[in-house]
Amino acid sequence: MKLSVQDLNSFYGPAHILFDIALEVGEGEVVALLGRNGAGKSTTFRSIVGLVEQRSGRIEFEGRDVSNKPTHEIVRDGLGYVPEERRIFTDLTVEENLEVGRQPKRPNAPHWTREKLFDLFPNLSEMRNRPGGRMSGGEQQMLTIARTLMGNPSLVLLDEPSEGLSPKIVEQMVDAILTMKKEGVSIVVSEQNLHFARLISDRAYIIERGRICFGGTMSELDARPDVRDAHLSL
Amino acid sequence: MAFYVVQFLTGLASAASLFLVASGLSIIFGVTRIVNFAHGAFYMLGAYIAFTLTEQFSGALGFWGGIVVAAAIVALAGVLVEIVLLRRIYHSPELFQLLATFGLTLMVEDLVVLIWGPDDLLGRRAPGFKGAIDFFGQNIPSYDLFLIVLGPVVLAILWLLFQRTRWGILVRAATQDRDMVAALGVNQKWLFTSVFAVGVFLAALGGALQIPRDAVHHAMDLRVIVEVFVVVVIGGLGSIVGAFVAAVLVSELNAFGILIFPKISIILVFLVMAVVLIIRPWGLFGKAEAPARRTPGLTVNPWRPLTSGERLAALAALAVAAALPLVGGNYALTVGAEIAIFVIFAASLHFLMSVGGLASFGHAAYFGLGAYGVAFLAKMAGLPMILCLLLGPLLGCVGAAVFGFFAVQLSGVYFAMLTLAFAQIVWSIAFQWVAVTGGDNGILGLWPESWAASPSHFYWLSLGIAAASVIALRIAIFSPFGYALRATRDSLLRSEAVGIDAKRIQWTAFVIAGTVAGVAGALFAYLKGSVFPDNLGISLSVDALVMVLLGGVETVSGPVIGAIVYKALNIWLVSQTDLSKLVLGAFIVVIVVVFPKGIVGMLEAFTQRRRPSSAKSSLVTSPIESAE
Repeated sequence: MKLSVQDLNSFYGPAHILFDIALEVGEGEVVALLGRNGAGKSTTFRSIVGLVEQRSGRIEFEGRDVSNKPTHEIVRDGLGYVPEERRIFTDLTVEENLEVGRQPKRPNAPHWTREKLFDLFPNLSEMRNRPGGRMSGGEQQMLTIARTLMGNPSLVLLDEPSEGLSPKIVEQMVDAILTMKKEGVSIVVSEQNLHFARLISDRAYIIERGRICFGGTMSELDARPDVRDAHLSL
Repeated sequence: MAFYVVQFLTGLASAASLFLVASGLSIIFGVTRIVNFAHGAFYMLGAYIAFTLTEQFSGALGFWGGIVVAAAIVALAGVLVEIVLLRRIYHSPELFQLLATFGLTLMVEDLVVLIWGPDDLLGRRAPGFKGAIDFFGQNIPSYDLFLIVLGPVVLAILWLLFQRTRWGILVRAATQDRDMVAALGVNQKWLFTSVFAVGVFLAALGGALQIPRDAVHHAMDLRVIVEVFVVVVIGGLGSIVGAFVAAVLVSELNAFGILIFPKISIILVFLVMAVVLIIRPWGLFGKAEAPARRTPGLTVNPWRPLTSGERLAALAALAVAAALPLVGGNYALTVGAEIAIFVIFAASLHFLMSVGGLASFGHAAYFGLGAYGVAFLAKMAGLPMILCLLLGPLLGCVGAAVFGFFAVQLSGVYFAMLTLAFAQIVWSIAFQWVAVTGGDNGILGLWPESWAASPSHFYWLSLGIAAASVIALRIAIFSPFGYALRATRDSLLRSEAVGIDAKRIQWTAFVIAGTVAGVAGALFAYLKGSVFPDNLGISLSVDALVMVLLGGVETVSGPVIGAIVYKALNIWLVSQTDLSKLVLGAFIVVIVVVFPKGIVGMLEAFTQRRRPSSAKSSLVTSPIESAE
């Protein structure tokens, strides 16, 4: 098992946000975490990488317990995180943003170089020296993913990669995620857009009000229109 | 003409050291968000250690090696400070960080006197730069030329470091978004430590390079920190280019200010700073900062006026205090009057800091202005004491109105730095304008008239005014004006959205606080019978901050308790030890790290815990089922 989360509970101050979250990701799998705005998708990701301080439960990455490690150590173990708000370093150029993410080669994960990433996201190669603040939303989204891949992760948490992007960019994003999968990166992708999730995912979990209320393959989900309508329809 | 050129070059040479120190402060602030008050202390340590090393080692290598080694030693000390102290307070409010690093400064000041003695030390001349160069009949020390070249060289090195190295890129990224840098696998802790080391190295190098130009002495830390604060306020915190440009600007203003206003050259710097702040509040090269962290004053326990029982208790305490002349001798009464005066002073700062969220690091300016106001009126105009006490504080009021207008344009650390700079400017004027203020000798012979002359009468007068001031401030806190002021403290944007003119409210609060501080200063002048520049000095400003902090920043009655405990402790301490700054500094650091809530805050927390069914505890335990 690549990543296994059990009994994850998270809090923001007095507010209890996540309730007994359990999810698993296999080697090389793409798993979707589906749910509406505010369901707890981002908090789940932030808890896994240790950015939410008040949390309990067990998080195993590649068989090792990482639930008490600081964020930077979890990431250095090969668990990459792409935040929802993109959080590009706006004063830094594209190449400098990539440099911040650079980590040494890892034996069990594909090795990404700058040139390889510019092949994956051709738009970026045309603006290597442009400051992150002067890029479009889609370009910034590509840069955040590329920046995380510079750390040579074996698993990536992708928080709503399609949010706010034009259909054409979403298509490029689908291609990029499928390429990442082909290279051997395991991926957890949070989404509101079921159509987008279906194009890339093997399995899906549905999260609602901080609880996992469905887990199964995409075809199992398609067989349950009641679940889909209750938790995902807009 | 040649004279002006030489004057210009002297200014440029002075700018080099100033730039080194200011850029170090800027770099540290950029990443850690801490305004390192101890930066001046590191500068001073650099100078002292370089002095010792260059005396020990001979030859050119000994000199230059000694300078670099001194800076490295101080940088190591900085690393120790970062690991032991700063890591504990990165998440504390800005005020606490400023105070903790100020506590360090106090400790270092006593330590250098302990190690190197109180006398000025004259360092070696720099080998190879001992002479002077003749320029149309004017002499320019060749060491000045070396410094003039060094400034831009260091700027270039820093630029390369930040643009061309991985470390520099990480630092720039962390300046913008620390958590994201951690989320990309970078260990923030060591990044912070290394940044602090580089910043401290620059400060110490700046100090070490001064030894061939200036005497090394134990007050050079405060002098440089004030100039550096002015430089970063003008240049913009976090900008290295800004630090360079502003360092040159300030040094040139100093160099030429002496020609225009020989007695009070610092006025020119003040005027330029005021203009810059009006045009670009975040400095020439700075960027507007979102108010990232909230200032202290966000209480869990909402403030409320005293209940009738508590009012009776307060009245009883006042009655007991008023009975002191029955048991105490003259010394006890004098100490009692001094404590009462400091209750007024602390309460006035509390009004600005806890109620208004504006932590002033130069509140003593208005205390001192009140004292000088009395001195001018009594000695020059010969007015009677009652009139002096009524009119003297007006000088504090006017000072607060002028400086407050500029200060409230800013917030957070900028506000703290600016108020400190203003106070230091007032101090310099009192110190340098000997014809009017008597300079260092002060104004003597200010004794109360016969009706207030006996210690018991003066004590009652002070106690009465203290009680009236505290009551008046409390009424203000719980008046609509006080609510509006607290609204601006808690959320500037929201308060403006409901129609509160935030700047005007804050300015008014600043003027009220300054006037009340002036009242305290007026009484103080009569208590001591004299007025000195120290009455508006930085250590008095910090005394007030510590009193408020000790009592509890987040409480209403904290300053009263804090002032009594602190002042009594302070008077006792000074009589017991010669190392009062060392003890006081350590005391400040311990309060900030261990008891950030203060005495009254701790008492409140204690009584809260004794009431088991409080609303607060039920809030914590009940799960709220809303996400994100």
